[in-house]
Amino acid sequence: MIGLDIAFWVLAVVGIGAALAVVLLNDIFRAALCLILCFLAVAGIYITLSADFLAAVQVLIYVGAISVLIILAIMLTREVQRGSPSNRLRIPAFIVAILFLGGVTFAMLNTPWQVSVDPPLEPTTPALAGLLFGEGGFILAVEIAAILLLAAILGAIVLVREK
Amino acid sequence: MAVGLEHYLILSAVLFSIGLYGALAKRNAIVILMSIELMLNAVNIAMVAFSRYIVPLLLTGQVFVIFIMVVAAAEVAVGLAIIIAIYRHRETIDATKIDLMKW
Repeated sequence: MIGLDIAFWVLAVVGIGAALAVVLLNDIFRAALCLILCFLAVAGIYITLSADFLAAVQVLIYVGAISVLIILAIMLTREVQRGSPSNRLRIPAFIVAILFLGGVTFAMLNTPWQVSVDPPLEPTTPALAGLLFGEGGFILAVEIAAILLLAAILGAIVLVREK
Repeated sequence: MAVGLEHYLILSAVLFSIGLYGALAKRNAIVILMSIELMLNAVNIAMVAFSRYIVPLLLTGQVFVIFIMVVAAAEVAVGLAIIIAIYRHRETIDATKIDLMKW
């Protein structure tokens, strides 16, 4: 258990540091690289929560696909937008974020969570497959997700197509 | 003190607040999109933590995370396509200058 605790603290520090770098760095390309580091830290957090399948999916989708899309967009639009400046709402945005953090932390620490003592399922992949595709599971949502992805792909093609 | 549910929830809240600040305070539309990704990841951490500590044998939170990832992927694809289209037409991706629908 002590190894898991150390892993959690290291991953939390790396993730929060990388997330701060995303919003504070002025070089947008470095911000994107820090975002990838943050995604990797989140994948590690999933492993400490014994969600092995989700950690693999996180690496495949976020680190593999979404980061490539973001870097591609940065490179395509690099000459018009140098750096990542703040708009004039910087201080109100900071206050809103701090107030939100305080409120949520207060609510989380004052809620009596019913923490279960059961050990986690391991491995999770067969159970997830049963939930997604099995009897009484989420099969309708899976079908809707497929339609959503198709619509998103078609929409992206239509939006960026040359006239 | 052993790491428990509250630690994961506070980590998630901190990441969400950082993303919220970025989404509200940045000019560059791509940085705003990156901040939204941070917020979605924070929510995913909270979901998995609830699934692990409250109902460890049900995995419903992990199924939710899979669907959030699907929606996030679709959102990034469409969002970046919109940004590229705006860049082509107006030569800017500054969110404060994209005010065509503002009156």
